[in-house]
Amino acid sequence: MIFNKRTSPVATGKADVSTLMQQVLYALIPGTLLLVWFFGWGMITNWVLAIGFALLFEAIMLKLRQRPIEPFLMDYSAVLTAWLLAVAMPAFSPWWLIAVAMLFAIVIAKHLYGGLGYNPFNPAMVGYAAMLVSYPVQMTIWPEPVHFSFAHIGADQAFQKVFWGINTGWDALSGATPLDAVKVNLGLHKTLEEIYASGHFGLFGGDAWAWINLAWLAGGLWMIQRKVISWHIPVALLAGLGGIATIFWLVNPQLYASPLFHLLGGAAMLGAFFIATDPVSASTTPMGKLIYAAGIGLFTYIIRTWGGYPDAIAFAVLIMNMAVPLIDYYTQPRVYGTKRGWLG
Amino acid sequence: MIQTLRKLWRNPGGLHLDENKDVSTQCPSRQIPLAAQLVIPLLQHAGDKPKVVANVGAYVYKGQTLAVAQSNNSVNVHATTSGTISAIEPRPVAHPSGLHDLCVVLIPDGKDDWGDARLPTYPNYTEIDPAILRQQVKAAGVVGMGGAVFPSAVKLNVRPDKPIRTLILNGAECEPYITCDDMLMREQAAEIVAGAQVMMHIVKPQECLIGVEDNKPLAIAAMQAAITAAQDSRIQVVAVPTIYPSGGAKQLTFILTGKEVPSGGRSSDIGVLCNNVATARAIYHAVVHGEPSLSRYVTVTGNGIAQPCNLEIPFGTPISHVAAHAGGTTPQAKRWRMGGPMMGITLHDAATPVVKAMNCLLVNDELENTQPAMPCIRCGRCTDACPTSLLPQQLYWFARAKEFDKAKTHHLSDCIECGCCEYVCPSHIPLVDYYRFAKAEIRTEREAKVKADLARERHEFHQERLERAKREKAEKLAKHKEQAQTNTDDGKKAAIQAALERAKAKKAEAAASTTSGDTAA
Repeated sequence: MIFNKRTSPVATGKADVSTLMQQVLYALIPGTLLLVWFFGWGMITNWVLAIGFALLFEAIMLKLRQRPIEPFLMDYSAVLTAWLLAVAMPAFSPWWLIAVAMLFAIVIAKHLYGGLGYNPFNPAMVGYAAMLVSYPVQMTIWPEPVHFSFAHIGADQAFQKVFWGINTGWDALSGATPLDAVKVNLGLHKTLEEIYASGHFGLFGGDAWAWINLAWLAGGLWMIQRKVISWHIPVALLAGLGGIATIFWLVNPQLYASPLFHLLGGAAMLGAFFIATDPVSASTTPMGKLIYAAGIGLFTYIIRTWGGYPDAIAFAVLIMNMAVPLIDYYTQPRVYGTKRGWLG
Repeated sequence: MIQTLRKLWRNPGGLHLDENKDVSTQCPSRQIPLAAQLVIPLLQHAGDKPKVVANVGAYVYKGQTLAVAQSNNSVNVHATTSGTISAIEPRPVAHPSGLHDLCVVLIPDGKDDWGDARLPTYPNYTEIDPAILRQQVKAAGVVGMGGAVFPSAVKLNVRPDKPIRTLILNGAECEPYITCDDMLMREQAAEIVAGAQVMMHIVKPQECLIGVEDNKPLAIAAMQAAITAAQDSRIQVVAVPTIYPSGGAKQLTFILTGKEVPSGGRSSDIGVLCNNVATARAIYHAVVHGEPSLSRYVTVTGNGIAQPCNLEIPFGTPISHVAAHAGGTTPQAKRWRMGGPMMGITLHDAATPVVKAMNCLLVNDELENTQPAMPCIRCGRCTDACPTSLLPQQLYWFARAKEFDKAKTHHLSDCIECGCCEYVCPSHIPLVDYYRFAKAEIRTEREAKVKADLARERHEFHQERLERAKREKAEKLAKHKEQAQTNTDDGKKAAIQAALERAKAKKAEAAASTTSGDTAA
């Protein structure tokens, strides 16, 4: 009598990559819904186009690389990359902008490096950064957030803009994000007090972005509670960004925006909970995660404050991605029965 | 529940697993009839194989020595009952490779006759030199019965510079399904405590801690009662939290003492000796009753077994016979394992005999891992689960890339193969297999290096010897030559000179005689 053979352990837990990714997608829902409330059709077209292109490119690449298509499409990693790009790119982005962004994210940053699990750089951020440096105008023009945007811009108008680039009657509706406004106006030697007085700033001053950030925060906290992600990266990133912002704000509050402005502005919360936490390209040791994420927070502030771009999560993430092998090497935890290591 | 005020330490990582222990603890343990044929492997311990002393066709008594240890790192092997030896040949054994190994095949005569095969008994062992008792433990074939099967006599040999402060008896039994130590503690607590006292006489520790996971309240109560009955204040039962793998020797040592066994070292380096509770009982039987290690408690369980239970089984009993006496198998009997679902090994053959390492015979229909392994996404769940604080995701990477030097610097050798990382892996990667592979490669590399060094040393010695011989020969030759030279140069001249002189003298003599004759005339 010959028995079945398998080496131990034969007991396995219930965790699984696609379940994990699905939970991240669920956590994205509140913030995405808020974006849809403020930007209407513009966010829906972004979302549908991004996911469509991502799945298309993923399937083509899997086919070309002779990998099984179904299990890898069903792992939701391409959907997650697409979703992150869809909410990071300006609403009503033209179809070709999204297509090229997904090309960079899925084909270049992910599959040319070996596919899921092998990419040293965060695919969504590679796509975003490549578009930002190539098409800075298209990538920085956000429409003015308006409550129930569907009432202001109809589907036909949105499709015309997205597919044919026809943007009649749009000037009134396009504006700068708060981060952009602060950057531009500080450049014009205005004080922050004057800038704040001129527009929608602050959580209750009509700043849609602060509310959206809070929605990302809520989704992120849910993920920590469900143990989808660990607390290390979001906490260290927000502490890094908030910490350095506090220092400069205390030095000169007229020239440097408050930590709260930084934490609730731009992609801070999205970056902290959804982008920097991409496990493949992040540091993997407990101490390394803290250093990696604090570095992202620091670079985000530096680029936002003194760099050429209003927001900086993408560049900060890519910079720290490069440091990950080094960080991982020097932050090995102390192993049972051994002496203390470098930083572990 | 026993309340202890003892401070416990929290080991990192670990898992809460489905225990599945209740199914096999519903009835008391029992013994089963002897099988028609016992297959006794010579190598049931970690160490060197003993030398067979029995002959095919010979009649042996129960407890008679079949094979004798040839080194310190070995133990004797005994006949588990009386009968006739029908063969000494390779048979299937419990080994992951599925390869056969040398076994003594015994046909029992059913008398279970000890004859004169008992070892000397030491009921008053406290008056006996520990060295003699250690020898007895070795002769009785006692090995660690928690699964590592390391010869107990070696562990009991305390070096004077490394005294043992704490003796730990491991009754944690953290792996799912397995309940043999639980039942042993419930039913044989007095013998375990007596075994602990024998060990304490040998290694002279200050205290003895019996660590038991707190999911075994009956075992804890039984051990407590036995200690009270023995009136030994040095011994204490400590309930430890139920977290897999707190029954690992290193993990339990840390939980109970807060001390870590140094990497690459032994627990004696920190004054700790850790033994399984079943080992304590075996030592008691060996020393006090002169009985070799012939049987053990085995949990027979899984949904492939009709009546899961604990049985005391003589070594050499085929697992098919064991299953038959546990109510038989069910249609779910697809996979047979020695040990639990986390660290056990798959058995390849129904004729595989029960051995000293077999704490559990697990028979079930757990599905083969049908989910294909996905790429590692470095999520770090394995790091959180690792009880040794390793970085399993990095070790996996290094093993896969065959970067064994990096695997070494990331402490691969400290991996205890508990399987926690693989259990939590969302990508279903067979991580432990990768570590086994890397460890084996590193071991092979090291052995090859040792061999190469030895070969080089031998070669160099050989070369040197040849050269020396050559040199000596040359020296000898030179000496001879020199002597010959001396002969040629001086000897010949001297000889010629002597001959010339002799001739001259003769001539002179002749001349002189002529002259004198002339004169006389």
